[in-house]
Amino acid sequence: MSSTLLVILLNAILCDNYVLSKFMGICPFLGVSKKLDSAAGMGAAVTFVMVCATLCTYPIYYGILVPMELTYMKTIAFILIIALFVQLIEMILKKKIPSLYNSLGVYLPLITTNCAVLGATILNIDSEFTFIESVVNALGGGLGFTLSLIIFSGVRSRVNSADIPETFKGIPATLIAASIVSVSFMGFSGMFS
Amino acid sequence: MSDNKKSAMYDLTKGIIKENPTLVTLLGMCPTLAVTTQASNGIGMGLATTFVLVCSNVVLSALKKFIPSAVRLPSFIVIIASFVTLIEFLMKGYLPDLYDSLGLYLSLITVNCIILGRAEAFASKNTVFRSALDGIGMGLGFTLALFLMGSVREIMGAGTWMNIAIPAFSPMTIFIMPAGGFFVLGVIIALVNKLANKKPPQELGCHSCPNAAQCESYRKEKGECK
Repeated sequence: MSSTLLVILLNAILCDNYVLSKFMGICPFLGVSKKLDSAAGMGAAVTFVMVCATLCTYPIYYGILVPMELTYMKTIAFILIIALFVQLIEMILKKKIPSLYNSLGVYLPLITTNCAVLGATILNIDSEFTFIESVVNALGGGLGFTLSLIIFSGVRSRVNSADIPETFKGIPATLIAASIVSVSFMGFSGMFS
Repeated sequence: MSDNKKSAMYDLTKGIIKENPTLVTLLGMCPTLAVTTQASNGIGMGLATTFVLVCSNVVLSALKKFIPSAVRLPSFIVIIASFVTLIEFLMKGYLPDLYDSLGLYLSLITVNCIILGRAEAFASKNTVFRSALDGIGMGLGFTLALFLMGSVREIMGAGTWMNIAIPAFSPMTIFIMPAGGFFVLGVIIALVNKLANKKPPQELGCHSCPNAAQCESYRKEKGECK
């Protein structure tokens, strides 16, 4: 049991990395990866929301949507839960833990429309994971997202100071650097199964 | 009148080349990279997004006076998600193969920033007719970009085009793998900017992102806050 959970966790972090092999959350990956501290902050916020959203959506799917045969409503239901949840977290953090709000709060509004969060919740249902497996998968997905953001912020600072052709400066060079980082993650594929 | 006609024409055509959402304003990167392993997938995803974009643009511009600005974003998302559910049903019924190959990414049209971005930047400020034209133009531009990406990746990576085998060509599998997606998109954006004789974009399409007003890092860059 615990070994399968470990496999799910490592798979989600390394092999099926949300950003580099599933292409979810590309906008924050390219937008917020310019500096190490903002990359880490965004990663932590996404991980937190991803786990919490899974904690909410899983019981709602199996407790309400499945018995009432409304499973086709999952996209609408999940995105509403995520939007609600992000708002709630923002309010709670602002009131109770202002120090955490200052470091994570600024990224929260961006997370509602982050496809990695909605993707993770839907993927957990589609892969027919149990509740614990879903939470572990969401945690792994969030950690993998953080890892790729942090690695990429380092790569990016080098790319920015490199001498590259004028046509490629900016986003094209960033995308090609992402391609090379993605190649290195391909080495993990099939490692844990 | 002639001025009106011209601007209607402009609404329709600007999204296709001049303000192409994928290659120029850099929105909707996730589906662009994820589903373009085949040219046909690119067309399917592009047309599905176009459908949702046109419908949501029309509905949102018709409802723009009734939606309070405090709950604007959640209302937008609910309306968009409803149309996504609709297209999921249609595709499952009529094009089950395409439905299977697009999979999860069909649901993720809900959070595609092209749709939210157009809703915020265009539909919530313009008439129903102009919003519909804008939706069609932007959708076609997105479809075109996806088709281009899909064609390049399918030809280079699988040695086929629209499932027709290309003789005497040995494919390089890396192009249909995730790494190839990033690479092809980077090269295409660079090429488009070279042809248009412009400097390549330095940033993502943050200015048309619905969250731009709240986004700290964007406002910092603009120098609006410290």
